[in-house]
Amino acid sequence: MSQNKNNSQTNVQLDLISEDKLAQMTPMEKIRLILDEVRSGKIIVLERGLTPGEEAKLIEMTMTEIVPDEFSGIEIESYPTKQNTSFLRKILGKTTTQTRLTVIGEANQLKTIKKDRDMISAIVTK
Amino acid sequence: MVINLFSWIKRLFKKKKAKIGIYGPPNSGKTTLANRIVRDWSGDAMGPVSHILHETRRARRREDITIETNGTTVTLDIIDTPGLATRIDFHEFMAYGLGEEEAKRRAREATEGVIEAVKWLDDLDGVILVMDSTEDPFTQVNVTVIGNMEARNLPLVIAANKIDMQKASPARIRGAFPQHPTVPISALEGVNIDQLYKEIAKRFG
Repeated sequence: MSQNKNNSQTNVQLDLISEDKLAQMTPMEKIRLILDEVRSGKIIVLERGLTPGEEAKLIEMTMTEIVPDEFSGIEIESYPTKQNTSFLRKILGKTTTQTRLTVIGEANQLKTIKKDRDMISAIVTK
Repeated sequence: MVINLFSWIKRLFKKKKAKIGIYGPPNSGKTTLANRIVRDWSGDAMGPVSHILHETRRARRREDITIETNGTTVTLDIIDTPGLATRIDFHEFMAYGLGEEEAKRRAREATEGVIEAVKWLDDLDGVILVMDSTEDPFTQVNVTVIGNMEARNLPLVIAANKIDMQKASPARIRGAFPQHPTVPISALEGVNIDQLYKEIAKRFG
């Protein structure tokens, strides 16, 4: 577990992963990293988030790892994606999706209080 | 107005029949809506509904549902999918009075259902995303489904369900996702369903 005992306080490790690091990884590498880290008790913050396809794959992989009384899944929160719809891209039908900051933790550890287009409010427990 | 050349060419060679998935979080009313659509246009039903989470744990497909509205006819294959979720805890089923073994079995089947629903996303021509109007619309499930449809350039209609409930706020859903058509409905009471059929014919026809 990543929860460190320090002066009788239990801490939760927070890992912030840069856009550059994520860009060097394949979708499966990202998903494996997220699930391994989350299952070890860490909270992961992705600077640029995952693509919608990767988010769907993460949900799918999470389901395969659920074990009663051991791991019940994840809490994942990201802002809605933005579409890059310049005139030229619209003409060519090539809009691109801009992913945004994403927070992921184990379901029992991270609880979202409130979320809107531009703010995520959550509490983290040990 | 900008003409999307790619979409225009796609429309020119469009398929005669579209595969439409009904998506949403557990207990948003997906099967209730699927039942209403199928019953209205074929006289049959799609599947059982329940107040317990994850009642639908296998995707169900109903072929050749022809909807006629405002002079437009559209033929669809309707796929009622299990509720999407990022967590499934068997204890939640026990809160509905299920025994531990039954709750664990249901939880296992629910996880398989979520996987099935995710896999269907790759094989659809459009989505009806059912949201519970009494709940916060910014859930990860909603964000993920909308993101996947936008990334694929596929049409999406949001059904803001449960407007018969006192706490319902379809305006909150419309405000959250203004880029997509939102139709406030009550699938249970049949409120505003004709408006939804018009939007379905317009977007998926």
